Amino acid sequence: MSDQAVPIEQHSPYLKHHFDDLGQQLDSSTLGMWVFLLTEIMFFGGMFGAYTIYRSMYPDAFASTSRHMIPWLGGINTAVLICSSLTMALAVRSAQIGKRSLIRIFLILTMIFGAAFIAVKFTEYYLHWKDHLVPWAGFQYPEAPQFFHQAQILFCFYFFMTGFHALHMFVGLGLLTWLLIKNQRISFGEEYYSPVEIVGLYWHFVDIVWIFLFPLLYLIGAHS
Amino acid sequence: MNHHVLPVRTYVLIWLILIVATGTTLGVAYIDLGPWNIVVALAIAFTKMSLVVLFFMHVKQQTNLTKLFVVAGFVFLGILICVAMTDYSTRTWLPQGKMW
Repeated sequence: MSDQAVPIEQHSPYLKHHFDDLGQQLDSSTLGMWVFLLTEIMFFGGMFGAYTIYRSMYPDAFASTSRHMIPWLGGINTAVLICSSLTMALAVRSAQIGKRSLIRIFLILTMIFGAAFIAVKFTEYYLHWKDHLVPWAGFQYPEAPQFFHQAQILFCFYFFMTGFHALHMFVGLGLLTWLLIKNQRISFGEEYYSPVEIVGLYWHFVDIVWIFLFPLLYLIGAHS
Repeated sequence: MNHHVLPVRTYVLIWLILIVATGTTLGVAYIDLGPWNIVVALAIAFTKMSLVVLFFMHVKQQTNLTKLFVVAGFVFLGILICVAMTDYSTRTWLPQGKMW
């Protein structure tokens, strides 16, 4: 126990005291986000698993629903989401090099693509509603009445899986708004950009879910 | 810092591959390949996912611990779907029990 003054080390204001350095802090945040994303994989995975089982049970009924899906709208939405992933990745890159105005531009572009995706998605929901394809809400399936019940299972999967995906998109838009505000208040740069990186991970994950939803829901029986 | 900034052209190249792959998925779906339609569609989807994970999500540059977690997540999803399918796809193999 000496009375000697301990020299105070200068460290970044962004470094939390329980981390050794900013690199360790970023790695920890990234790992933590991935642990969350693993729970998301299992959340969507449960639905994908159930979908796989029912599709293997009723392949013809599931294929018959294809003519009600609008593959080109789904394809456009896939492209829109991939573009949003590119702008998100570029927003993270701008944060890494500390360009505030570029971060803002890319975040806003990402939000525009995200909003466009949701707009197209809800247009599709409206068209399905008009075509009486919502299960238990006046569902009609006159062209293949033998599949009346089984086709409703597919539409249940369709509305739940794309619905939960759309919900994730809304959360993502909220997170992007938060980033936009944060970007005005603090300077992201080489030493601290983990919030942008972490939101980026979330956004790309939601993109990956759609990458699987598109062929599985829209293109089941397109060739027949 | 321990993370290397990727050049813009890497991101644009990955984006281009993803867009072309989406077009391919859409195009191939209209060709009748029998049981191979779903195989091709999923193979393209897995390729797209790998590109997004490795480059957009920077997993290629992450620590080995993070890589392990990412791989573990997908392995466990594989176990979930495969084990469920081994059950459901073989239920009809056993002779039906006599109903009383």
